[in-house]
Amino acid sequence: MTLFSVLFILLCYSLTFLSVGLFIYRIHGYANTPVPLKIPTMPAPRTEGGVVLRMAGEVLLFTSLFRANKWTWIGGYIFHVCLAVVLFRHLRYFLTPVPGLVSLMALAGIVAGIGLVVSAVYLFVRRLAVDRTAYFSTLSDYFALALTGLIGLTGLFMKFVVRTDVTSAKAFVMGLVTFHPVPVPPDPTLVVHLLLVLLLMVYLPMSKLLHVGGIFFSPTRNQIDDSREKRHVNEVEA
Amino acid sequence: MAKIKTEPLTGKIRVPSIEPGATAHYRANPAKPEHNEALGFPGEKIANWEVKAIEKMGEILDTNRAFRVYMDICVRCGACADKCHYFLGTKDPNNMPVARQELIRKVYRRYFTIGGKYFPEQADACDLTEDVLDEWYNYFHQCSQCRRCSVYCPYGIDTAEVSMVARDIMDSIGVGQKYCNEILGKVLNEGNNLGLAKNALANTLEFFEEDVEEETGVAVKYPMDMKGADVLLIPPSADFFSSPHVDGFIGYGKVFHEAGVSWTVSSYASEFANFGMFIGDNETMKKVAMRIREAALELGVKRIVVGECGHAWRVAYSFWNTLIGPFDFLDPKYKTPTHMCEFTLDLINRGAIKIDKSANDDLVVTFHDSCNVARGSGMGNKPGGQFDVPRDVIKAVCNNFVEMDEETIREVTFCCGGGGGLLTDELLDLRVKGASPRAEALHDVMERKGVNTMAMICAICKAQFTKVLPNYGIGMDMVASVHQLVSNAVVLGGKKGV
Repeated sequence: MTLFSVLFILLCYSLTFLSVGLFIYRIHGYANTPVPLKIPTMPAPRTEGGVVLRMAGEVLLFTSLFRANKWTWIGGYIFHVCLAVVLFRHLRYFLTPVPGLVSLMALAGIVAGIGLVVSAVYLFVRRLAVDRTAYFSTLSDYFALALTGLIGLTGLFMKFVVRTDVTSAKAFVMGLVTFHPVPVPPDPTLVVHLLLVLLLMVYLPMSKLLHVGGIFFSPTRNQIDDSREKRHVNEVEA
Repeated sequence: MAKIKTEPLTGKIRVPSIEPGATAHYRANPAKPEHNEALGFPGEKIANWEVKAIEKMGEILDTNRAFRVYMDICVRCGACADKCHYFLGTKDPNNMPVARQELIRKVYRRYFTIGGKYFPEQADACDLTEDVLDEWYNYFHQCSQCRRCSVYCPYGIDTAEVSMVARDIMDSIGVGQKYCNEILGKVLNEGNNLGLAKNALANTLEFFEEDVEEETGVAVKYPMDMKGADVLLIPPSADFFSSPHVDGFIGYGKVFHEAGVSWTVSSYASEFANFGMFIGDNETMKKVAMRIREAALELGVKRIVVGECGHAWRVAYSFWNTLIGPFDFLDPKYKTPTHMCEFTLDLINRGAIKIDKSANDDLVVTFHDSCNVARGSGMGNKPGGQFDVPRDVIKAVCNNFVEMDEETIREVTFCCGGGGGLLTDELLDLRVKGASPRAEALHDVMERKGVNTMAMICAICKAQFTKVLPNYGIGMDMVASVHQLVSNAVVLGGKKGV
């Protein structure tokens, strides 16, 4: 194995470890911070089942964002759905044999890949085009979109321009997953693609991208409206 | 007093182009040392304030999950950007909820995140400097904590929580706001925000009794400190003397009279309002609320009913049980606290009081949902009861009721522009501009439906609208208490009670 392969493999392991570790650390921090008072945004559900539905609406349909701004919702929703489909489709690199549903989604995966890049560009331009969003957007907002967009672009490049050898790509990933690493396939685009993914993974738990886990800890959305019936005590200290 | 320049009303709410710095100079008067010290805060800005402020922020991050999560997860999508009445009214981009939050978030990033510590420029992080503190003071006193932004946020991020934390941090280093802190001193010493002494209160109640008897020929009682009464009524103290608040208070008395329910106010706890919430200090909020528990125990009442006050209803409905509960010494048949609207509606539904709706036939009424009631509390047994219960009361006592535009009522109602501890003269410009979305929606129904009365259940809303609506050419007689409408329509001697 070449020195490059060794270093790259070490990087894959260490950054994945760092990303997962940081993510767990941050979420653990949220879970262990007390909630002193009942602050659901009213009207709020009166039952636990109601809260599950409210949260499901936010996570799966972006209900509040839909209410706020249809233009942002359409871009954001397409972006996230495409991201989910692309991630799901990538299971084919991690599982042998490839599950039926993942195999069936070949076309969906391609459409989603294109959708991901297009919606990232749309969201990027949106930030610049509206005076309000341009005022409060920060470098990290543009960075996150650019990074995700580039990951999508390099992926599409390997599909449509210079096709990568899918079999050896899978062999490499499976090697990592089973802790029997094999050398990195000699495709620069693939290497760049993987490096960008690692960067995104590490960036996630130390940035606003943590909203993926943080939303579940938002008291205004996950609390039940029962303060008169049931005395709320600070659940962590209690 | 000079009239504040306003745009002519069109009945439409428009999203303005931004004008950076438009209200950067709006500054609430700072608290005097005695105001701060009365609440246990340093009298003046302490020497090592930068260090202490960051320490305080760290403490809050460890004890308030909402703040901790909200500092991290905002993606600056802008869902909230055009939802704040102060942004719509002032055009200052720092009044966009996301930008207001960024004022504190950029400091959070500097001291509490990896990116901000090592790459402050790239991470948009900055030190807590004198200028930044000034920005905090000015713009976190341009948020009325109405939570409208939190309805639209995909993560429920609540700028009210963030502004409470900012004020809490500033108080902890001796940078308090006069209006809130002075009033909190009064309620802790005198039992009410106005500093009304016991004998003044007794005189006022006596005056109400004489007044109602003169007008109606019926001896309606307005009792104070009556031990063994069934109900302890806690009104906002504005109900004792402000207009149109008093008309609502007179209505409460008539309802109790007709229901045959014995009730009393307490001179020890004669204030429902609790500005402890506005300054984000749970200890102060608890102290203020504790007087009510003590009064209820002392007077031996069976239940607590509260008057028309928005933020106080949020504190009571959502926080009392945690702060001053459990209420196992009260009759478990009743919800604690009970809102006066719940109490009245129940009587009406049971036919326990007689109503003559025609008494309000000269009025075409609309209802302004007060922000803290709408988004911070509930009423009745169903979600959304806070919208339906007061409306049902109004519809039971008035023949002519119409709604304002649906984008301005119920859970997306616009704040009156004077809540959150901003009901102070030096912020009048801000208050007038912040009222513009509501003024537009009101103007629309005045033109189309002939509305001549806007009813509401919040002491701050009433005081704010009577002051600012004239700037839009709308008379202060537009503003009414819900229980003032009840007062007009309840037939005294019509039923013999429960």
